[in-house]
Amino acid sequence: MTSPRTYQTQAIVIKQTKLGEADKIVTLYTLEFGKLKAVAKGACRPGSKLGGNVEPPNYSLLMLAKGRNLDIITQSQTMDGFSSLKGDLWCISCGFYILELIDVSTTEGSPNEPLFDLLLDTLKNLSPSNGDETVLRYFELQLLHHLGYRPQLHKCVVCSSSLKPGLNFFSPGQGGVLCPGCNHAEFASRAISIDALKVLRLWQDCNYSTASRVRMSSNLSSELRQLMQEYITYLLQREVKSMAWLEQLRRGITVDSDCGVN
Amino acid sequence: MAFVAEPIANLIGEFSKLPGIGPKSAQRLVYYLLRNSDEEAKALAEAILNLKEKIGLCSICFNITDCDPCLICQDKQRDHSKICVVEEPSDILPLERTGKYQGVYHVLHGTINPSQGIAPEQLKINELLSRLQDGSVNEVILATNPNLEGETTALYLRRILAPQGVHISRLARGLPFGGELEYADDVTLAQALESRQEF
Repeated sequence: MTSPRTYQTQAIVIKQTKLGEADKIVTLYTLEFGKLKAVAKGACRPGSKLGGNVEPPNYSLLMLAKGRNLDIITQSQTMDGFSSLKGDLWCISCGFYILELIDVSTTEGSPNEPLFDLLLDTLKNLSPSNGDETVLRYFELQLLHHLGYRPQLHKCVVCSSSLKPGLNFFSPGQGGVLCPGCNHAEFASRAISIDALKVLRLWQDCNYSTASRVRMSSNLSSELRQLMQEYITYLLQREVKSMAWLEQLRRGITVDSDCGVN
Repeated sequence: MAFVAEPIANLIGEFSKLPGIGPKSAQRLVYYLLRNSDEEAKALAEAILNLKEKIGLCSICFNITDCDPCLICQDKQRDHSKICVVEEPSDILPLERTGKYQGVYHVLHGTINPSQGIAPEQLKINELLSRLQDGSVNEVILATNPNLEGETTALYLRRILAPQGVHISRLARGLPFGGELEYADDVTLAQALESRQEF
């Protein structure tokens, strides 16, 4: 018996590139198949019934037909267009970062349902009122968990002894925290404060609504950002390009009373 | 391609670099040119050379032009107090075809794309700001594409243009003519409803 030529899937559009005159190659993160590339024919034309549905970061229900190289999107219906996200510069930029992180850290053909759910929830949590970066840090930490790179934060990665309150060290290469006794120059570690350790431990095992209740000083927020960025850059062996743009916005950021961070 | 004369192989190689042209199409083009008269081949060669020699960017709006300033910027009949900001020079043509816009343009030559590492410094945004310095511009119309990169660029421009005291507008978004309501996506439909007009 031959497999059916068409199939249906829930997908979040990660990115798109132009193909020829009016077509697009769309990179999707799907519930059932993980990352997937497909062709949206005629998506660049204004009258296209696909166009608006295959724009990043839409969450859409798609019907695809098996193609020789890439599958072809035949029907689409937007489940969530994240319109509030698209109206705010900081949120839209966080969206770019999240989508790029998913794109560079996953490979095609490896389904990961919890990761799909995490991506969807994170995009929903990105609203203009959420000016702080908890949503990004929580996403990064949970992404690492679902990809198998959950950092060890409860005991020393070298001697397995329980970590004592005080100054410890985080080593991206060792994938976790080192106690002061095991910290050596070859581990290229950085100091991690006890507050940062506590927050990361909490975020590893709680849901987002609990995570978002944590109030942090700007120093702690900046420590967590640098630590996670170093770890992610080490794992990917490359910079996430959107990081630079977020940094640029952060430097020029102004808090607008109307729409949070703008 | 040792079995093909070198000039032929070279030209096939050059044609193959063009978008949408594979080695087979390149080969067909080269043999077509060989069969044609010398004059036609020379005319083509000259047209290509002229393209690179005579075409440059307008020093005001950064549109592609063969004279500086471009014909649109030179035109005294046009309303120079309105600037329509577009992503690419090719976006000007469809706007001009409408015959509804009498202002001038500013071409950004791209959009902010964080995942590609394209930042505002790589676009003609500073040049747009300097056009606003003399206070003669009343309105800036943001005509970037209604996609994620276009929206990011428009939002960024709004942020940096707002302190200049100019009126900032954005092209309306909604249903395309000839489109069907049934197939419209939620975002487009929501925007069409929000920007509905008195009929």
